[in-house]
Amino acid sequence: MRVLAAMSGGVDSAVAAARAVAAGHDVTGVHLALARNPQTYRTGARGCCTLEDSRDARRAADVIGIPFYVWDMADRFHEDVVDDFVAEYAAGRTPNPCLRCNEKIKFAAVLDRAVALGFDAVVTGHHARLGPDGLLRRSVDIAKDQSYVLAVLTREQLDRSIFPLGDSTKAQVRAEAAERGLAVADKPDSHDICFIADGDTRGFLAGRLGEAPGDVVDASTGTVVGSHSGAYAYTVGQRRGLHLDRPAADGRPRYVLSITPKTNTVTVGPAEALEVSEVRAVRPVWTGGARPDGPVECEVQLRAHGAVVPATVALDGDRLHAELRRPVRGVAAGQAVVAYRPDPAGDVVLGSATITG
Amino acid sequence: MAYLDHAATTPMLDEALEAYVATAREVGNASSLHAAGRRARRRVEESRERVAAVLGARPSEVIFTGGGTESDNLAVKGIFWARRAAAPARRRVVSSAVEHHAVLDAVDWLVEHEDAEVGWLPVDAAGRLDPEDLRAELSAHADRVALVTAMWANNEVGTIQPITELAAVAAEHGVPFHTDAVQAIGQAPVDFSASGVAALTVTGHKLGGPTGVGALLLARDVAATPLLHGGGQERDVRSGTLDTAGIVAFAVAVEAAVKGQQEYATRVAALRDDLIERVRQAVPDVIYNGDPADRLPGNAHFSFPGCEGDALLLLLDAQGIACSTGSACSAGVAQPSHVLLAMGADNDRARSSLRFTLGHTSTQADVDALIAALPAAVDRARRAAALRTPR
Repeated sequence: MRVLAAMSGGVDSAVAAARAVAAGHDVTGVHLALARNPQTYRTGARGCCTLEDSRDARRAADVIGIPFYVWDMADRFHEDVVDDFVAEYAAGRTPNPCLRCNEKIKFAAVLDRAVALGFDAVVTGHHARLGPDGLLRRSVDIAKDQSYVLAVLTREQLDRSIFPLGDSTKAQVRAEAAERGLAVADKPDSHDICFIADGDTRGFLAGRLGEAPGDVVDASTGTVVGSHSGAYAYTVGQRRGLHLDRPAADGRPRYVLSITPKTNTVTVGPAEALEVSEVRAVRPVWTGGARPDGPVECEVQLRAHGAVVPATVALDGDRLHAELRRPVRGVAAGQAVVAYRPDPAGDVVLGSATITG
Repeated sequence: MAYLDHAATTPMLDEALEAYVATAREVGNASSLHAAGRRARRRVEESRERVAAVLGARPSEVIFTGGGTESDNLAVKGIFWARRAAAPARRRVVSSAVEHHAVLDAVDWLVEHEDAEVGWLPVDAAGRLDPEDLRAELSAHADRVALVTAMWANNEVGTIQPITELAAVAAEHGVPFHTDAVQAIGQAPVDFSASGVAALTVTGHKLGGPTGVGALLLARDVAATPLLHGGGQERDVRSGTLDTAGIVAFAVAVEAAVKGQQEYATRVAALRDDLIERVRQAVPDVIYNGDPADRLPGNAHFSFPGCEGDALLLLLDAQGIACSTGSACSAGVAQPSHVLLAMGADNDRARSSLRFTLGHTSTQADVDALIAALPAAVDRARRAAALRTPR
């Protein structure tokens, strides 16, 4: 096949591209320039869109021996990922920008352009399995598994995707990179959010949304227990950084229970008030077989690297409903609920949807 | 492979390569006093004389450098500093909107770091400067102008500037005139003294010589403050151990390019005109950019409406055809060409452009290969570009 390898400049995508060549594909490497001004985004070896990363990707492509180009996706990335990220926080939700980038950029804007230019598929270095059966499964390396942020992909998107790394651990990928003479073998993993230069999400949001002081209210008493400079900076389940004026009446720690943008209020309460036994979500995608008519017994994961709980999931039009077998704390609107079917050959992604409450 | 990017770099001439290898086998620093040094010095000075002879300069006016970018920086910054040192009011640089980045960025640097001011000369839709614009600029500001710098021929669209007229206007006002003639030598007639310019940039790898060696022709009465300090090897204006083998090969290539210029231009322009005609037949709505007459013989530059140049480049590259989109930033992201924008093109047209440049090794087969691959590539690129519309 004629395939396009998305190369971030990191070790995973470099090895993925090399494996695609080894598998007999006609591979072209592309680095996505996502920053409007590379200087303003994360610098050094930790990001995904610096000049250094671009050079690392180019060097890897040279070693592998494939054509390499840089595609400017900065405007699309800004609109679909960065602006969306800010808008979601402003609406009191907790977005996952990596998931959005997969949904809107890598497997949409890039894939569409690739197909239009005559490519059959896009290759990425994501840690997930996608076999001949077309099912998306967790990586063998559970600690590095990225099936959660890929679960948003539709059948059409998966049919044009290749993930060559799903059967390998990160350690194996690094060892292979070294064997192949790829200089990125020892490059540190990227962390956090690539477009927030210093990792300070709260500062980034404050810069975009401005200060918006408001009250922190205790759910059990209804009284104001503190103040904040912007409700958007909080995430459901958060405990640190609340800076409450006085301890709660029961003397127990307080957690963010909800954010209400309309009144600019952050509501806090005890840990058990965070517990959720059912999850509602919208815009479901179902790729683990035919879309089910009735309830499905499965497992669900409610945030990246979050715990997995048994659940019953049902679809109803544009909605998804999950009954959890045991309560889960810290379920945030804006995150994805991903349904998995346990499987010895790697848990299978059944579908996903965006949590509303 | 059909190599249609000779303006980026062109293959070395056999005689230049042979001269390089033969000289590189010999030991000797041209500044040394012993026999080996004297031999190297002799090779350098013979080369200087050869370059001077074919370019209409005196040997003492040839300053060997590390190539076009260095020569441009030395001319722009060096003449600026020397002229301002002689008269502090002279801190204005006059340049054109279509210069190569080696000039543009040197001028911008002077503005940012040396308190320079700049007068940008406009170009017309064909990318041509008007000497009357320079006359108006100098009539208003001549006493404050450190230098004028304008390229002999444009590297993107191939337009040849009226350099002799421009230099004459500068001379009327006593202002030194520098020209980047990197693209012009061997392509068009260039005579340093007859043109009336004070400084002229030439580089080796655009005319069949090695990369990393070039020269600044600098008139004897024009002072330039050095960029590089050290042994003062080149008229105390440029320091650094002379690259004897590179200079010898450079001189061989310059001589061959200049002596063969007319014959070359006739042959390559015929191929180029065939390319243009057949591109127009294959893609009827194509826009041919640049001046149709005053133009480098090997240059063909087009905008392909509805396409993105970088998508077309990828598709042609996959078919073994090498061409160029124009300027690129350090990350490799295609920027809309400042040359096309200065010529009045909008962003879309600027981004839809490709440059095909022929050279001394070009053949009819190269043109045929391009014409065979182009229609399908344009179709595909148009489909890909249509996706850009917000969904």
